Amino acid sequence: MTTTTEKTGRVPEPRAGDASGTPLLEVRDLHVEFHTRDGVAKAVNGVNYSVNAGETLAVLGESGSGKSVTAQAIMGILDMPPGKIPQGEILFKGQDMLKMSAEERRKIRGSKIAMIFQDALSSLNPVLSVGYQLGEMFRVHQGLSKKDAKAKAVELMDRVRIPAAKQRVGDYPHQFSGGMRQRIMIAMALALEPDLIIADEPTTALDVTVQAQVMDLLAELQREFNMGLILITHDLGVVADVADKIAVMYAGRIVETAPVKELYARPAHPYTRGLLDSIPRLDQKGQELYAIKGLPPNLLRIPAGCAFNPRCPRAEDLCRTESPALHAVTERDGTALPGRGSACHFWKETIHG
Amino acid sequence: MADSAKNDKAVAADADTDVTPNVSEVEVSEASTTAEVEAVLDAPVERGEPILQVRNLVKHFPLTQGILFKKQIGAVKAVDGVSFDLYQGETLGIVGESGCGKSTVAKLLMMLETATSGEIFYKGQDITKLSGRALKAVRRNIQMVFQDPYTSLNPRMTVGDIIGEPFEIHPEAAPKGDRRQRVRELLDVVGLNPEYINRYPHQFSGGQRQRIGIARGLALNPEVIICDEPVSALDVSVQAQVVNLMEKLQDEFNLSYIFIAHDLSIVRHISDRVGVMYLGKMAEIGSDSEIYDHPTHPYTQALLSAVPVPDPAASAARDRIILTGDVPSPANPPSGCRFRTRCWKAQDKCAEEVPLLAVPEVFAGRKTPAAHESACHFAEERQVVPAA
Repeated sequence: MTTTTEKTGRVPEPRAGDASGTPLLEVRDLHVEFHTRDGVAKAVNGVNYSVNAGETLAVLGESGSGKSVTAQAIMGILDMPPGKIPQGEILFKGQDMLKMSAEERRKIRGSKIAMIFQDALSSLNPVLSVGYQLGEMFRVHQGLSKKDAKAKAVELMDRVRIPAAKQRVGDYPHQFSGGMRQRIMIAMALALEPDLIIADEPTTALDVTVQAQVMDLLAELQREFNMGLILITHDLGVVADVADKIAVMYAGRIVETAPVKELYARPAHPYTRGLLDSIPRLDQKGQELYAIKGLPPNLLRIPAGCAFNPRCPRAEDLCRTESPALHAVTERDGTALPGRGSACHFWKETIHG
Repeated sequence: MADSAKNDKAVAADADTDVTPNVSEVEVSEASTTAEVEAVLDAPVERGEPILQVRNLVKHFPLTQGILFKKQIGAVKAVDGVSFDLYQGETLGIVGESGCGKSTVAKLLMMLETATSGEIFYKGQDITKLSGRALKAVRRNIQMVFQDPYTSLNPRMTVGDIIGEPFEIHPEAAPKGDRRQRVRELLDVVGLNPEYINRYPHQFSGGQRQRIGIARGLALNPEVIICDEPVSALDVSVQAQVVNLMEKLQDEFNLSYIFIAHDLSIVRHISDRVGVMYLGKMAEIGSDSEIYDHPTHPYTQALLSAVPVPDPAASAARDRIILTGDVPSPANPPSGCRFRTRCWKAQDKCAEEVPLLAVPEVFAGRKTPAAHESACHFAEERQVVPAA
């Protein structure tokens, strides 16, 4: 990529399908560490991914895999200190956000990149009405009057299909059900029609019937506005329904990337395979579940070599000494599989059996 | 058609009482003295015989107004007439959305809450009427594994003390000198290193903590274990380990499980029979294949169709039913069928008559997997989970 970072401080206008081929967002070799009393916890260790307009990237991983920390680094809401970004680039439309001033980032946050959090009840302020909180986006970013902001808030609530929006705009968060609260979070993220939305476990706290409603709404709005979406989740089921491509994270690294259908059909990393085998299926009753042995590693002491080696059924001496790069995955005859990569020394054996 | 005849009579008598006509008769034991009751409770139950029978269980939490003179202004009908049987050696899964009353059922079975009305028969003995030593004996035999392994273990107690605490309350279960040894054995049984006996809960991961919770549940050699969302707080890779452990223990110790969860895939995996709850009532109950492959209640169908399947090919082929709206408040549930406000089949009859949990008339007497108990006036089979 040869795009030079212009120091205009303004983000270029066109929203989708830039002629330059620059992805909407690109994360390059991002590292994040936390300095704690017990030592340095390496939460993110060289993450690369990109999202285009209208595309959904799912970041899949267990707790502690660094998926949420990456998102917080992109949003610029990481607590620093104790957090620290020793190296890496986060390019939004070709501009490195890590080099921007706080004021420049503030202009992007909310209006260009917005985030939906997992727990809507604790993300909303309990002592302010939802209408006020929704309107805040317009008052702060666009300088609208209170009255206009409120009208906009009603419009937004309608857009995320909250019934009787006009009557409910003055209600407080506790007066809404879990699904409705999550819709308000979505409305808030949508308020300024951002180019990219990061959804961190948006449906984890919801019941399945409501989860289906919320995911459908999110997918529909994404199509309507041609937004990029980064969906962070640990649920392999949710991902299968909505994502275009998947990045699987383990111990702060991406261990496998693939278009969604191919990942499920032919995983190229033993961790992904283990995950897929260990979830019970609704449509079949198996005997015993496959269980990945052991526990996710402590981020203060990540194992040498491949971080997954102590739990991997395939691990050999090479895995204990050398950390695998993200290899491009190909067919048996060498035909390239676009978009696929696996950070395993033995990816050939894993995918081709 | 004996069932439907009974149904009609019951409806005529009182549309509001919940009669579940076709659950098996309870053989009520006639023990009256404490010693006799204890003897009944100690007697073994044959595999496949009912060990726990719940009849018309009701729990209403009062809603009050005022500070000093509390006036009852209504009630949250958390559980409103639930009946089911648990057979020895089986796993009964209970699924439902949050607020449907499944956890309240667990608390009632544990006698952690007092039922407003209804009966819970353990080996033919109504435990809601027991007290003192007899109740203590029941409690020894029914244990619980809690959802959150982070809050259900006392952070100031060592693992040895946590797992050994049941022996303090029931000293007859293990002689004093043997207790440490017993705890070590239990740690070994649940796959933890017995050397960890002096560690504190914070030194363990979520999956290991849940194993500690299970070891505590096993300490008194119970016959029934009630598991309230035992794996929901765990990561996927660890979930499988704990589910496998629970299945292994069931075979080893001949346990009967009531497995409460909102994750329908896990429930199918572990359960022999499954009950679906909605707003304090049982909507449908049957064997796992009857519920998952041949659901007849619209709520079950919607619930199953909403579960994301981790397979893009299968999920494209699926018949999806997206319900509108939310679960109504249990303080003011809809009249008639409680699901009617979100149901696409609802008609006038649904608002007037409470559907009974029984084999629907259309299927009665026929040998089809759809002939299982379903509380819907317009029950019909609809396959929503394509067979893999």
